[in-house]
Amino acid sequence: MSLDTLPRATRNNHRRVRPPGRRWASRFDVKGMPYALVSPYFILFAAFGLFPLAFTLYYSLYDYDLAGTTEWIGLGNYTALLGDDDFWRAVINTVGMFLLATVPQMLLALFLANALNKRFRFRLAIRMSVLLPLVTSVVAVAVVFTQLFARDWGLVNWILGWFGVDPFNWRAERIPSWIAIATMVDWRWTGYNAIIFLAGMQTIPRDLYEAAAIDGASRRRQFWQITLPMLRPTLIFVVLNSTIGGLTLFSEPTTFYNGNVDGGSQGQFQTVAMFIVKEGFREFDYGYAAAAAWLLFLLILIGAAINFLFVRRIGGTK
Amino acid sequence: MMISKRRGGLAAASVLAAAALTVASCGSGGGASQSSAPASSGAAEPVTIRVQTFGGGTNFGYKNAITKWNAEHKDIQIKEEHLTDQFEQQYWPQMIQWLTSGTGAGDVVGIDEGGMGLAKAHPEWWADLKEFGLESRKADFPAWKWENGVSADGKLFGLGTDIGGMSICYRADLFKKAGLPSERDKVSALWPTWDEFMKVGQQFQGKVKDTKWADGTNTLYQVYLYQEAAKNGNVTYFDQQNNLIVDKNPAVKSAFDFASTMSQQGLTAKLRNFTDEWAAGTQKGAFATVGCPSWMLGVVSGNAGDGGKGKWDVAAVPGGGGNWGGSWLAVPKQSKHPKEAAMVADYLTQAQTEASIFTDFGNMPSNTKAQQDPAVQGAKNEFFNDAPIGEIFAKSASSLQPVFLGVKHAQVKNAIESVIQGMDDGSVPYDKAWQQLVDDAVKAAG
Repeated sequence: MSLDTLPRATRNNHRRVRPPGRRWASRFDVKGMPYALVSPYFILFAAFGLFPLAFTLYYSLYDYDLAGTTEWIGLGNYTALLGDDDFWRAVINTVGMFLLATVPQMLLALFLANALNKRFRFRLAIRMSVLLPLVTSVVAVAVVFTQLFARDWGLVNWILGWFGVDPFNWRAERIPSWIAIATMVDWRWTGYNAIIFLAGMQTIPRDLYEAAAIDGASRRRQFWQITLPMLRPTLIFVVLNSTIGGLTLFSEPTTFYNGNVDGGSQGQFQTVAMFIVKEGFREFDYGYAAAAAWLLFLLILIGAAINFLFVRRIGGTK
Repeated sequence: MMISKRRGGLAAASVLAAAALTVASCGSGGGASQSSAPASSGAAEPVTIRVQTFGGGTNFGYKNAITKWNAEHKDIQIKEEHLTDQFEQQYWPQMIQWLTSGTGAGDVVGIDEGGMGLAKAHPEWWADLKEFGLESRKADFPAWKWENGVSADGKLFGLGTDIGGMSICYRADLFKKAGLPSERDKVSALWPTWDEFMKVGQQFQGKVKDTKWADGTNTLYQVYLYQEAAKNGNVTYFDQQNNLIVDKNPAVKSAFDFASTMSQQGLTAKLRNFTDEWAAGTQKGAFATVGCPSWMLGVVSGNAGDGGKGKWDVAAVPGGGGNWGGSWLAVPKQSKHPKEAAMVADYLTQAQTEASIFTDFGNMPSNTKAQQDPAVQGAKNEFFNDAPIGEIFAKSASSLQPVFLGVKHAQVKNAIESVIQGMDDGSVPYDKAWQQLVDDAVKAAG
């Protein structure tokens, strides 16, 4: 891009015709206006992104009781957190639920997108319909799933009963609670990811498939050898997006336990985000919660890095 | 696309920005889920006083009282905001956020006894009701109920609403099914002690399979704890100097042992009170008994709905009296209409109002004039098969002792209940539960 050269030329032209008083305005027009035009984002970002970020970092170094005193303790909150079993339990829950939710979600979304990427009747309507779960409110989703996964009169336990499986106590047993929440997350987000995959798939040139078909490659082979490698940039985006979403999981597990951030009687499904809210706003230990928020940020960076390295290898790069 | 050096810097900044936004969004995760309150109305229109309450079923029982006020006062309208069923886990933390941030709280807010320690320690949150002449109400309340609404520096911030008292709510129809007596006097005679209560429970469990004897460990644990507290200096988790005494107070250990035994004998439906599943269980007949302070009558009848009418009844509690629960109304300093709010708080705690709340819903008045009202003394509750609730609760109301609760009572109570619930739902082994209860209480108090 060579945007720089063009304005300079225009400015030189104007210098001759325009009186000097207008020069400043014109200069601003050229030099300043682009920044003014993009500034709303940065102003908003500074107010709602940067400031809370700095504020959180600042208070993570304090023993800050929301309903009491403030005292500087340096890295005390961080060392305490690293020795806090409850925090680690929340980390394991978060990562566990993330894996349980994301792996099937990615596969499902891929196959769904692949199926939607063909020619059939009512294509648009059906493609739109996979987005429907996303527009339903998370509370409505949680209410329905809470009933489905109820211990006493829930549909899931009832169906499991047909196969002679003892009813699960979905809110008291750790792995079953993760599964229930992962199902909730998947129901909501699979269609969304499928649509993004579909968009990615449509950018792949048709003639690649035609050539492959002529060479005798089956549909399945085409999917693995053409679609998947060509889709890598989209995959990276979706996986990173899901990593961020999955590791900050909050609404589903909270509504699953009556809006309570404890996540089960013994924190069976308490995520790090819930832990932060609990420490900050229920125990009023704001500094501790702020430190936990920063550790969650680190966790997301690590998670994103691992996934990025993993996804980059997908689809036949040597 | 060619990227010049300066743009590269910009690009890097925006990547950082995006990453930072992620953090910001998780940091504010709690804030996002909280609803923000609407601004108060202008001076020309009628003043709307927002009354914020908590609790299941019919909660504070203000429905009829508010309808009556609104019909008579066109200039001041009351709007009740029932925020949540759960006090410790949701209502109180939210309220603290509003109070510390200076915006969001209603004009009149309900406070459970468990929050009063903290409320008293922060007089700066509250309007002084003395300024609106409410000092004159002192004679209406028992001394302890009045004094608990006065902060450390002498500010009158809270007026008493209801008080606890004790009973057992039970399903007469299920008792019949199990071949037990179902009339309330005979039922009361079945269980003079808690041991006998559990024995009857086993008999019941032997006959009826799909229904459990009790709702869970929690309501009966609380009833038991408050009875024992009365025998141990009227303290539970904290002593009068706000030191944690969970491991030293025999009342806590014996209440814990009782809950543990109930659970090990398989007498509980493993439901935690004030959850949706508990409410559904009340409606569907998942359990036959609930520990019932007076205000729990409204909760049970509200949860059970009309279908439960006549099936439920009220019997005496094993092991004598006790005082679990009861609330206060306070006016936050941030209220734009403190004068009108004080008038509403005054109205809602008047003898006449508290008496009608008792007869309509069952919440026992703390107002002594209301307690002596013949209509209260002779009150019967239609939902509970016309049980003489005046006789059951009002007669003993004057003898109720206040239980001291510390500044961090709400947090410690939640931690302890979670362990007891965990023991019941199988996530904490019985033999490790006591140690964990003590550890978690220490952590919550810290």
